[in-house]
Amino acid sequence: MSDLIEEAGLVAGLKRGEEWAFEAVIRIYGGRLLAVARRYVRNDDDAQDVLQSAYLSAFKAIAGFEGTAQLCTWLHRIVVNTALMKIRTRRRRPEEAIDDLLPTFLEDGHHSEQFSTWTTPADALLEQRETRQIVRNCIDQLPDNYRTILLLRDIEERSTQEVADLLTLTATAVKVRLHRARQALSTLLRRELRPIEGSATIQSAAASKG
Amino acid sequence: MTCRELTSFIGDYLAGELDYDTRSAFERHLTLCPNCVQYLADYERAIELGQSVYNESEETAKGVPDDLLHAILAARRTAPEPE
Repeated sequence: MSDLIEEAGLVAGLKRGEEWAFEAVIRIYGGRLLAVARRYVRNDDDAQDVLQSAYLSAFKAIAGFEGTAQLCTWLHRIVVNTALMKIRTRRRRPEEAIDDLLPTFLEDGHHSEQFSTWTTPADALLEQRETRQIVRNCIDQLPDNYRTILLLRDIEERSTQEVADLLTLTATAVKVRLHRARQALSTLLRRELRPIEGSATIQSAAASKG
Repeated sequence: MTCRELTSFIGDYLAGELDYDTRSAFERHLTLCPNCVQYLADYERAIELGQSVYNESEETAKGVPDDLLHAILAARRTAPEPE
């Protein structure tokens, strides 16, 4: 409740154009929002540009902020929209291929690869800071047009239709790209996490003993 | 249903969007094909791991760099007032 009262005070300060409120809203939410921008644009310079543009848009639009959403949710959406715009407008690199991360099949339709079970449960892997970083690096390796859809659908849990509208794609295209993105992520995790999961087990076993 | 076909249906299967017949064929294939069971498990694991790694405290510990904070405040002061 006190958070809500403080937020109302902050919003009122922003609407009155008071300098302390602008600084406070950057200090309070900026770190989190910078991390969100970084997820989408993948480098610190672009993430900082996105954060700056997003805050300036937010300050211009603050008069229309109704308080029906929380301030941080409202800012988050502005940052995501700004990041998507940045990705669309930055100099296009040649389209990165995702095909070599998708499964391959034999002529008769069987998988050409044999998949084996993991020895470490997902939650045990997630306890390790190192493995969490590897997962984030794997997501970073996905090409822009797949990564953005994975982030919007699986991480932000937006609906297929919402993502389709946001990216001016058909719902079917969103589903296809999400499926490919997850398959590619799955391949990357097999490549990068499997070789070290044994040591992760040892570490967490040692940690639970100690 | 082949492994290739099953693989193409995984997204719709997990979203509960397969029709009855396709879903039955999908599940029948799984009872016969341990390799597809594992492929599906890996796919679900990728979703689960992806959803769990954007830990706020870990990602945001650094906060906003001071020069960026001041750049934003300076840019706001020189930006035209909204109508």
